[in-house]
Amino acid sequence: MVRHFHIDNPTMKNDSSTAGVHIPSARAIESVGAGGFRSDLLRSTSKSSAIKAEVRGLDFHYGGFRALKDVSMQVQANEVTALIGPSGCGKSTFLRCFNRMHDLYPGSRYDGEIRLYPDDVNLLAPDIDPVETRIRIGMVFQKPNPFPKSIFENVAYGLRITGEKRRQVIHEKVEKALRDAALWDEVKDRLHQPATSLSGGQQQRLCIARTLATEPEIVLFDEPTSALDPIATASIEELIIELKERVTILIVTHNMQQAGRVSRYTAFMYLGELVEFGETSRIFTRPAKRETENYITGRFG
Amino acid sequence: MSASAVKNATALPGRRGLRRSRLARPSEFVAESLLLFAALSAVAITLGIVFILVRESAAFFTHVPIVDFLTDIQWTPLFESPRYGILPLLAGTLTVSLVALAFAVPVGTITAVYLSEFASPRLRETVKPVLELLSGVPTVVFGYFALLFVTPLLQKLVPGLPGFNMLGPGIVIGIMIVPYISSLSEDAMRAVPMHLREASFAMGASRLQTAVRVVLPAATSGVVASYILAVSRAVGETMVVAIAAGQQPNLTFDPTEAAATITAFIVQVAMGDLPHGSIGYQSIFAAGLTLFLLTLSFNVLGWFVRRRYREAY
Ligand SMILES: Nc1ncnc2c1ncn2[C@@H]1O[C@H](COP(=O)(O)OP(=O)(O)OP(=O)(O)O)[C@@H](O)[C@H]1O
Ligand SMILES: [Mg+2]
Repeated sequence: MVRHFHIDNPTMKNDSSTAGVHIPSARAIESVGAGGFRSDLLRSTSKSSAIKAEVRGLDFHYGGFRALKDVSMQVQANEVTALIGPSGCGKSTFLRCFNRMHDLYPGSRYDGEIRLYPDDVNLLAPDIDPVETRIRIGMVFQKPNPFPKSIFENVAYGLRITGEKRRQVIHEKVEKALRDAALWDEVKDRLHQPATSLSGGQQQRLCIARTLATEPEIVLFDEPTSALDPIATASIEELIIELKERVTILIVTHNMQQAGRVSRYTAFMYLGELVEFGETSRIFTRPAKRETENYITGRFG
Repeated sequence: MSASAVKNATALPGRRGLRRSRLARPSEFVAESLLLFAALSAVAITLGIVFILVRESAAFFTHVPIVDFLTDIQWTPLFESPRYGILPLLAGTLTVSLVALAFAVPVGTITAVYLSEFASPRLRETVKPVLELLSGVPTVVFGYFALLFVTPLLQKLVPGLPGFNMLGPGIVIGIMIVPYISSLSEDAMRAVPMHLREASFAMGASRLQTAVRVVLPAATSGVVASYILAVSRAVGETMVVAIAAGQQPNLTFDPTEAAATITAFIVQVAMGDLPHGSIGYQSIFAAGLTLFLLTLSFNVLGWFVRRRYREAY
């Protein structure tokens, strides 16, 4: 069975006012081929729906285990899309396909496509360079995982590995990223202290700043607040809502209220399948599928 | 509930009392005592060795002023008019150890990075035991390897290199201690949690960048500890230098010259025919004490490094 989910809000789909806004760094992802040419072509045409990525018939295998089954959906640009579902249903697996994290481990296999726009390339194609992909698609993990380096060096990390040498540029970008992550005021006098001296919530905002420093187009959040207290959680949620002005966000969460607060769209997954996808307000008030309703009302999961 | 009621409750027939008693678990008591005894005897033996070192050295220092020992630039205990300056032996020991480290630190660290971050599990499981076999080879074999193979090879590269020199044995000791560095550093690097590597990869870092910029710094304390263990091992190495370095105390830091180290001198005298109790014989205890203090300070340094760079992931 092939399920395709499209956005049920027609005004969103043809919103051409945001055309071209969400193409920050135009690094070509394709390591071979005429990727640069194609993305140039795309940017100059007016064929720009606000779709940032489209998943088509995605299957994923851990060795012999099929963890994702024929998932198809669209990711709207400059919106927050939440992934919900019971533990083990494949949310993290799905998220980690976008930045090709599975490539790090032997035995993983992708089938299907994740098309990234405006480049219109398949992120899962063998000729796509995972390293370039990860520069454009950032990730924030469940547990804050700053490097055992100073606060400054954590945020500068992505700039340094992409070869940025100009001190002035690095300083400006680090400050901007820390401001964007709402952390600057708290750390500006202690930039050279170890990142591990920060509180959990500050560490998570530092990880967000670290990701933002290289100006990604999509940021993937995998349960970013599950290790944090309610106040730190609130500040991260606020941040996510602000960030969507500039980036497209996918967030895995176990917290229904959180999905309701931050996301415009919600995907409900169950046993590796995408059961239902739509606007968050609709999913939470009028779920179309029995499994979704059961999950949302807490009858299982 | 009153206190007496509690007392009654514990005394109920058929119930075990709550009070601690050594007799409750006799086998455990015996095992504990045996373990304590074993631990104490190890400490006692160590203290005994230190005691003998200090006592014999004290006897030596009643004949040779400690200032001469530390400042005289000649070590000639076997001569008619003996001189007892430790500096030449110390210089030999340090030079050989530095040569060994100059070889082993880069080779060992690169090997560890490769095994931990790049090699397939199968390759790692093959290479590691083979490397560790190196430390099972008797050191006398390494000594003749230095004398009969490495030095002739070096003589082709360094014209005028004498048959006895510190470079050859230094490199061979370096080869010997590579497994200490590679094995311990690899353990330290593999102990770096996966989520740190993932954070780095997710930023778009390559494997090499992740290894050098994240994993290695995160494993600093273990890696430096492995260097320090390797230094202690190099400083204490005896056979290789006794065979291949020339056994002539020589105040120099030039590795192409022949020299003797503290350990080489100790075996030379211990196996020679100096009468027990003579000053020459006692000098090996003073030399041994110096070696002991040297290694002890490396260990203390290692302890501080571990504490200073305690991993906080
Ligand atoms: N490395 C792996 N090898 C094999 N199977 C795996 C691996 N990682 C996850 N799985 C399996 O894939 C399925 C999906 O796992 P995933 O981690 O994506 O779930 P999740 O929805 O993120 O769960 P949670 O909410 O608990 O984080 C599970 O059945 C899990 O057991
Ligand atoms: Mg998960």
